[in-house]
Amino acid sequence: MNHATLQMVCFIVFAVVAVGAALAVVAAKNTVHGVLALVLTFFSTACIWMLAEAEFLSLALVVVYVGAVMVLFLFVVMMLDIDMEPMREGFIKHLPLGIGAAAIMLIEMLGIIGVRALNVQPGLNPAGVSNIKWLGEALFTRFLLPFEIAALILTVGLVAAVVLALRVRTFSKRQNPAKQSAVRAGSRVRMVKMAAVAQVPASAPASEEPQA
Amino acid sequence: MFSLNDLLVMVPELYLTAAACLVLLFDVFLKDDQRDATHWLAIIVMLGAIFLVIHGQTPETVTAFGGMFVRDHMAEILKVTVMVATILMFVIARPWLKDRQLFIGEFYSLAIFSVIGVMLLVSAGSLITVYLGLELFALPAYALVALNRESKLSSEAAIKFFVLGALASGLMLFGMSLIYGATGTLALDRIFAVAGTTPHPHLLQLGLVFLVVGIGFEFGVVPFHMWLPDVYEGAPTPITMYISTVPKLAAVGLAYRLLEGGLGPLAADWRVMLAIMAALSLIVGNVVAIAQKNLKRMLAYSTISHMGFLFLALSNPTAEGYSAALFYAVCFALMETVAFGVILALGRKGFECDMIDDLKGLNRRSPWFAGMMALAMFSLAGIPPLWGFMAKVLVLKAAIDGGMLWLAIVAIICAIIGLFYYLRIVKVMYFDAPVEGAEPLQAKPDFVLRAVLSINALGLIVMIGFSGTLFEWCRAAFGV
Repeated sequence: MNHATLQMVCFIVFAVVAVGAALAVVAAKNTVHGVLALVLTFFSTACIWMLAEAEFLSLALVVVYVGAVMVLFLFVVMMLDIDMEPMREGFIKHLPLGIGAAAIMLIEMLGIIGVRALNVQPGLNPAGVSNIKWLGEALFTRFLLPFEIAALILTVGLVAAVVLALRVRTFSKRQNPAKQSAVRAGSRVRMVKMAAVAQVPASAPASEEPQA
Repeated sequence: MFSLNDLLVMVPELYLTAAACLVLLFDVFLKDDQRDATHWLAIIVMLGAIFLVIHGQTPETVTAFGGMFVRDHMAEILKVTVMVATILMFVIARPWLKDRQLFIGEFYSLAIFSVIGVMLLVSAGSLITVYLGLELFALPAYALVALNRESKLSSEAAIKFFVLGALASGLMLFGMSLIYGATGTLALDRIFAVAGTTPHPHLLQLGLVFLVVGIGFEFGVVPFHMWLPDVYEGAPTPITMYISTVPKLAAVGLAYRLLEGGLGPLAADWRVMLAIMAALSLIVGNVVAIAQKNLKRMLAYSTISHMGFLFLALSNPTAEGYSAALFYAVCFALMETVAFGVILALGRKGFECDMIDDLKGLNRRSPWFAGMMALAMFSLAGIPPLWGFMAKVLVLKAAIDGGMLWLAIVAIICAIIGLFYYLRIVKVMYFDAPVEGAEPLQAKPDFVLRAVLSINALGLIVMIGFSGTLFEWCRAAFGV
């Protein structure tokens, strides 16, 4: 099989897997399955990018989305299930699906390696720079404005998340360390002046004195 | 590479970004009872931005960042109107927010961020800036709809708005990628240049369909209108006011940039799509509005029918059509502000004046507000000589000149159907007796609110005299 054919076959496989997995995300009844299918979608997309020689974007997708965001998603989805019992037995139940997703990913990875190995002559790279360098240069020159707008969008996302999630709880019994360390002895212990003379009980019986 | 000149072109946007961050930080240091300072600061900041836009306007179109940002008269008119509408919203919303414990600083900073998004969107010169502007504008809007967390209706509206908005931007993004595939460029002027000669015309047309769907979602035209009534009803009323004015103005800019600026050579294709959506929105909007009992829902369906009118103007892809659409959008924004302003002013703590029955006998209870509401309703219905009438005439003229006579006839019939529900409000306010045991209205609305709302309502009358000037501006924006 020559290089171009293998590339085409790989592309079709990745594309079909990506679309199928995306459908599964929507169709899955079990949210955990949905998240796993989403991982597969991202991974297949990353493979397509790798085929298109956008290595940096492809790796970023795997590291950032599959590695961090989706794992967080998985945590959240699992936390949502308040019923603890099904969660414990979840491992065995979800195992076949997890292994299936992992197996497809493995096949995809092998496909990518195959394409790379067959690709004897290096790809089009007239400037002689890596695509990370190219990406960085483009982001900070030609695409500076969109890059900055994206930063604004992230800021807005942060503010919006805080607005929607922050609740000022009036009943909570949390401690305020600043207040605690600002405390002085005077505000906690009340010093009371008292006469130093001890009062002798007036009705002390004299008869109990030892006889001489 | 960019130069200082690029930054100078964008001064209003840069200023407003810095100011939004300032408002955000300033508010952190305030105590709850000092929140009024944020309110006034936000208004001053917006007034400053209006000044910068008007003061720095250039005689001809200038671009920045390699054509990604375009500053022209159309964008300037839209920016100024959007900011005026936002300031009106700030002023009118304050007593309402205070009554409901929603008076927080983030309300202001999120709204300002959203306005920055609109400014970037209407000035976009590339598919990337269009998309990012749209997201920057929409994201704060989703959060603002969900502002009242205690209300289930509000959260439901926010979820619907968010999911459908995400779907719409996904579709739009897909359309953009197809267009990029067909033309090999993201810059709208380059797309315009090569759209006629692309080797993949079908790919381009497919992309166009997705773009039109995305634009339809933004406007809320039939059949992409499903989110509109629920969001209008569920959102806190000041936010309803915001999303009934600002996004519509933004959408006019969006449609012009994408359809004319980018895909102008395909006008023969997209004008038919717009015409069909216009006819559907006019029919569905006006007929369904009759059945509504909730005032906010009724105004939502009325908005759908007005968006049909806007599409009517846009389906004539000439300067005449665009200037009529721009004029219509500006008039519509100012009329909607009055209608929602009255709803906001009459509500009080624990009571929302959002059912049509709540307005029964309003004339006896509060003649001034009844008068303003009637003015807004007459104007929205298009009774001569009010603004709504003039805007409708211009739109109909543009449609007939563009050879869409059938559509103009549909529009006139629908406008007459629409008269019914607008006049019903007037009838309810003037001729019906108040319902027995009706909830008392707001006893004494805030003074600033009353003053600003009255100026806005009287403006609807006074501005009739200046509508010629405004229309000349709108025409000049498209070089007529």
